[in-house]
Amino acid sequence: MYQVGIDMGSSATKTVVMEGEKILGNWMQPTGYSTLETSQQILEMLKNQGITKDNARFAATGYGRISIPYADEVITEITCHGKGAYYLFHENGTVIDVGGQDTKGIQQKNGRVFKFLMNDKCSAGTGKFLEIMTNRLGVSLDELAELASGGQNITISSMCTVFAESEVISLIGSGTSREDIANGVISSVVTKVSQLISGVESEQYFLTGGLCGNEYFRSQLEKKLGKTVRTDPLGRYAGAIGAALSICR
Amino acid sequence: MANELPAKFDEFVEARKQGFLAAKEFKEKGGKLAGFLCSYTPLEVLMAGGISAVGLCGTSNETVPDAEKVLPKNLCPLIKSTYGFAYSEKCPYTYFSDIIIGETTCDGKKKMYELLSELKDVYVLHLPQGQGRPYSKEIWYQEVKMLKERLEEKFGIEITDEALREAVKKRNKLRRAITEMYELQANVPPVMKGSQMMLTLMSGSFKFDVDEYIDGVLNVVEKAKADYAAGKSTVSTKDKRILLTGCPSGGVIQKIGMVIENNGGVIVCLDDCSGERTNRMLIDEDADDILRAISDRYLEINCSVMTTNEARLENTRAMIEKYKVDGVIEVVLQACHTFNVESVKVCRMVEDMGIPYMKLETDYSTADNGQLETRISAFLEML
Repeated sequence: MYQVGIDMGSSATKTVVMEGEKILGNWMQPTGYSTLETSQQILEMLKNQGITKDNARFAATGYGRISIPYADEVITEITCHGKGAYYLFHENGTVIDVGGQDTKGIQQKNGRVFKFLMNDKCSAGTGKFLEIMTNRLGVSLDELAELASGGQNITISSMCTVFAESEVISLIGSGTSREDIANGVISSVVTKVSQLISGVESEQYFLTGGLCGNEYFRSQLEKKLGKTVRTDPLGRYAGAIGAALSICR
Repeated sequence: MANELPAKFDEFVEARKQGFLAAKEFKEKGGKLAGFLCSYTPLEVLMAGGISAVGLCGTSNETVPDAEKVLPKNLCPLIKSTYGFAYSEKCPYTYFSDIIIGETTCDGKKKMYELLSELKDVYVLHLPQGQGRPYSKEIWYQEVKMLKERLEEKFGIEITDEALREAVKKRNKLRRAITEMYELQANVPPVMKGSQMMLTLMSGSFKFDVDEYIDGVLNVVEKAKADYAAGKSTVSTKDKRILLTGCPSGGVIQKIGMVIENNGGVIVCLDDCSGERTNRMLIDEDADDILRAISDRYLEINCSVMTTNEARLENTRAMIEKYKVDGVIEVVLQACHTFNVESVKVCRMVEDMGIPYMKLETDYSTADNGQLETRISAFLEML
């Protein structure tokens, strides 16, 4: 029996196919407008690989978890990230998941969540904040990090994404270099994330979610927290892995 | 006081029209109506004067946009909703109340009453900042006495000790009934859904007649007991037992209460100001000075507006044990500074007991429903 974990986030949908503890395959696609259509596409793609309702069980997580009609289990991304992170890192600690619309700090022990915090209805310190700023600066996320590493630190003081965007527009208008603005943008997210995490402190941190491949962000976060922040190439799949693992209980 | 219907009456939906017609009829028959907001309001004094009391705490987002034409946006939704109902004339009880009794609990309410008094006759009780000073009880006694005198003057009535004593007996009966309902939830599994209890209390606060309220509660108790004995419990033993604490919860029954109970949890203890801790405090029916017995008892109520408020923590600790609680969820309404700050102490106390704790800060809008559902579900999965 295969286990399929689907993490339908606000920006991207991550799918992982496992057999017991072993990952057989994984991919990512934009969630798009119709979550139902995306979930049907996934079913089709799995069918082409010979994975169907007959030989697999399905677990759904992420904000779109309720839009996957064929899911056998529906679990929140918080529980799944805890489990997935333990699978990837084999150690206890706090998972930092910077997602498309929210950021979570999840303390896990042996993969079991025992405390978590999530940002309030505000996009500061989330992927959405970065998305808006990269659009404004006309760069990709990787380019933003590269620019930032060569810039001087300036402070973007607005915590509200909309106001912060106005602040960035003013900075552009006053001739501040792109590098410096990029640096300020990333350091704003780092500050906000570490504030949130202060309620779920640990000896080490695991960065999952959309920013886990961003080395500059990881190192800045490590500096701010004063503790090791680990990542994994499969960090973005932590939620989907956790979902798949929930099936074989 | 005019007994006319509001100008917008024809635009109202049927249920609201019925509410207005019932209140109008009550008034036309000579009924006296007072609105109140807070559990510190000594309802026996109203009752002894033959004045019906209805709870006016706003629990709906509907009138918040109206309120925000006057009040600042960054204010507690309960305050905005309450004021909005008066401003928009959409609540029959606010509209037909002869007087509204307020109290100086939090700053937001205190100042809102000044604006509310432009629309309605408002009388504000001055609550001491805490129960600990030697003269606190005397201040509150004088306040309750002044309320009595104000009502006597306004309605041309006399509120006698005898009537006060009768009112105490009746309201003690109501308190016992409510406490009995709450205590059903100590069973494993609990006898009913907590949201059902919350809705029973909510509808009771709109009854003009306390006897009707008592009967309503006792009916729920009897039915729940019978169903339970017949093995027809609506709650599974697997459901996680939740204590709900923090701000008044009437406005979040759906967005928090029901979400807890639709995702594998059950509210076994309602620990807000209408909860067991308030109802368990009976008033001595045989006290020599009955007015003083009333005022002393009301001052004992725990609210985060009091400094310090240690008795709330002690009570919550006892409730966690009594109701075999698996997890504590605290509701903080947006911009409620006192409960928000006090939540730090609640969190520490609860976690020291080894019980998971989660704070939810929200308002009456639906904007954060998705996030709340994720948070609540994850919390329940964790237990």
